[in-house]
Amino acid sequence: MRISAISKLFVQSLGFGSTGVSDWIVQRISGVVIGLYTLFLAGYILLNPGMGYAQWSGLFDNVLMQLFTVFCLVAVCMHGWIGMWTIGTDYLRPHTAGKNADFLRRIYQLGTLAMLAAYLCWGVWILWGGR
Amino acid sequence: MLSIIIPVTDYQGGNGCLNHKFSRGLISVNDNKRPVNLDLTKFAFPVTSISSIAHRLAGVALFAGTALFLYGLHMSLASEASFNELVSLLGTIPGKLITLGLLSALAYHFIAGIKHYLMDMGVAEDLEGGIFAARSTLLYAAVVIVFIVSWVL
Repeated sequence: MRISAISKLFVQSLGFGSTGVSDWIVQRISGVVIGLYTLFLAGYILLNPGMGYAQWSGLFDNVLMQLFTVFCLVAVCMHGWIGMWTIGTDYLRPHTAGKNADFLRRIYQLGTLAMLAAYLCWGVWILWGGR
Repeated sequence: MLSIIIPVTDYQGGNGCLNHKFSRGLISVNDNKRPVNLDLTKFAFPVTSISSIAHRLAGVALFAGTALFLYGLHMSLASEASFNELVSLLGTIPGKLITLGLLSALAYHFIAGIKHYLMDMGVAEDLEGGIFAARSTLLYAAVVIVFIVSWVL
């Protein structure tokens, strides 16, 4: 490909949501992070049946597990935001939901962002503040 | 509201005439005089669409359910007493149903996500491949959900 075409594509990928390419990449990477975390935690629970409080809280005393958990939460925030944004722009539009749809969608987006921010803060508190 | 018609001419095969597609969002619903048929109970949904909307629904369920995951994590870590309380809560019928629902949504979204990754890499990108992928997703997810049910109950 020619240099001008390549740099055009690169610049396109930097756009916030308006090109779709950066969203696509973020979904894939965050999906891997969440998937790995899910497999790890599910495997750990299945391989330790009847585990008690001591072992479970011991797992989360490990700083690597704490970081993995918070990385997963950050990934959930990015992945979930893109997903919910997509749903909003699919269904809450004047063509489908009436003439106030754009305003409703803004409210919906603010609510989604607030929930995700609350999840992140809560998760950090659970890991490092509440114990 | 401004109604601007931006025609994008496109030949829709079958009826022999050019159709105009309207640009998104600039047409108010009242200007469009065409009949709308949106009785969802009468559609014959392709299996690919079922797989896709289930992926979306599972995602929304997980978005709301993250609150429950975090609540469980908090209870499980705060103290031995709250850990035991969580275990007994999860032993009740509503607790089991909620756990079942959340884990099933997680399992389905995960498996359908793998299908998306495979399709990104070019696997099963044609019509027959897509139908096979959708069916496989539903099948694998059903197997995993059966396993989850047997584990929870």
